[in-house]
Amino acid sequence: MDEILRILQNNARESVEDIARMVDLPVDDVKAKIAAYEKNGVIRGYQAVIHEDMAHVDTVTALIEVKVTPERKNGFDTVARRVGSFRQVRSLYLVSGTFDLLLFVEGHTLQEVAAFVSEKLAPLEGVTSTCSHFMLKTYKHQGLLMDPPDEYERLKVTP
Amino acid sequence: MKDSKSPPDFVARIVRSIPKSGIRDFFDIVNNVPDAISLGVGEPGFPTPWHIRDAAMYALEKGATAYTSNLGLPELRRRISKYVAQFFGIEYSPTDEILVTTGVSEAVDLAFRATLDPGDEVLYHEPCYVSYRPVVELAHGRPVVLNTRYEEDFRLTADAVAAKIGPRTKALILNFPNNPTGATLEPSDLEGIAELARRHDLLVVTDEIYSELTYEGTHRAIASLPGLRERTLLLHGLSKAWAMTGFRLGYACGPRPLIDAMMTIHQYTMLCAPTLSQWAGLEAFEQVDADVAEMRSRFRRNRNYMVAAFREMGLPLIVPRGAFYAFPRVSGLGMSGREFALALLEEEKVAVVPGEAFGAGGADFVRCSYSTSLENVKEAMQRMARFVSSVSGTRSSVARS
Repeated sequence: MDEILRILQNNARESVEDIARMVDLPVDDVKAKIAAYEKNGVIRGYQAVIHEDMAHVDTVTALIEVKVTPERKNGFDTVARRVGSFRQVRSLYLVSGTFDLLLFVEGHTLQEVAAFVSEKLAPLEGVTSTCSHFMLKTYKHQGLLMDPPDEYERLKVTP
Repeated sequence: MKDSKSPPDFVARIVRSIPKSGIRDFFDIVNNVPDAISLGVGEPGFPTPWHIRDAAMYALEKGATAYTSNLGLPELRRRISKYVAQFFGIEYSPTDEILVTTGVSEAVDLAFRATLDPGDEVLYHEPCYVSYRPVVELAHGRPVVLNTRYEEDFRLTADAVAAKIGPRTKALILNFPNNPTGATLEPSDLEGIAELARRHDLLVVTDEIYSELTYEGTHRAIASLPGLRERTLLLHGLSKAWAMTGFRLGYACGPRPLIDAMMTIHQYTMLCAPTLSQWAGLEAFEQVDADVAEMRSRFRRNRNYMVAAFREMGLPLIVPRGAFYAFPRVSGLGMSGREFALALLEEEKVAVVPGEAFGAGGADFVRCSYSTSLENVKEAMQRMARFVSSVSGTRSSVARS
């Protein structure tokens, strides 16, 4: 992967000037590269990673395992596209193992999520079963610990 | 007759003759500025990868708290042998050509105590890591300095080595990539030095601690050159590229008689390297590629950032090709490295190390470590830019008036 993408994946707010210093390229080249990534869809967006407990986010998230009967020719893609179109579905993956689709579904209340599963998800053509797990606490998200341990104090000058 | 009130002085002459480390001295000064941002450390600014710490805890849990073989855990020596063969392309037998030590520092000490007779001369290059000279002196050898220069990218040339070889010259120390300059050697330098070592029958002691942290070109160890394996002690460890400084884990690879000789001292003085660290080291070799690649790319970004920032400030420096230090020359501001470091600390609370701590040839420079977080590097560079522009502003207004 391009070094510029790696840097942005680590910190989407890194300035173009700083990125240019890090990759040893002119600022304009870096700008052009990022614009191209945004245009061709390699960069899908920029989002903050929020400590939801601290920010008092009042949503519930469920991790839902879904079994699907694949379609001839299209496999899982048609069902996945339908499932992914619901705004409640925050993330969606096709996985190996005892089920097929893994969803992260968000709602304001437990009831809202339950209703989504029973009224929208389960009745979809091709969906044969669902199993929901409600998330209780986030320890780590997007590679970031929510409550990292205090930094160990190092000596300030060593040979 | 001695003054009866003063306590008796039991300290050996040789120890009394060794000056206090410049690092130690500057450390005490920086310690009085608790909130300073530090670019002063000679180690990665983040903890050891978790899987290695986890292995150390597991080893503790299962009771790995006894001595190991003097040479080190056999499985660790086998793993080191495999790694050295892969990375440097040199084969060492795990049974009698590898010794696990308490950091590379112990290995350096053993190397000279095992090989020097009183008065033997050892060539070493400056600016350099602080311990080489004192360790040679403590082994009753005579250190002979070779100055590397900014104008030559701080490389060590074969000519510079040849000029100092005399009848008592026994050994040569090499440390590239270099602390504090970040310099590496050109293949032609390496071949020229190897030729001298063969011709003058020199022992070569290489401190390879920064080898993995090479950003330009491929690192080559001198021991891999024809005829050098039999006259080289290759010293390496896990402190830098694996961020394991506090584990104190190093190793020496070399021909059997030399490893035997080092072992003779090691068995009576150290017995074995810390057992927990050895188990942690075994784990460190499990994910070498991923861990080291991650560290190298992180350091490279920080290096590029720092080099760009120094250029914008107008401070001359060579682009460090390895290790994790930038070594800008500050004498153009009308200050020595030490004056610069003290004033920068006082005015902007940024700690850098005066170059003189690494030898007299470093007096015009400061060492800035970029192994800390990118945020720290950015903040420190901003403050330093402010400092440099205020110093040059004052100087030019003085010049005008």
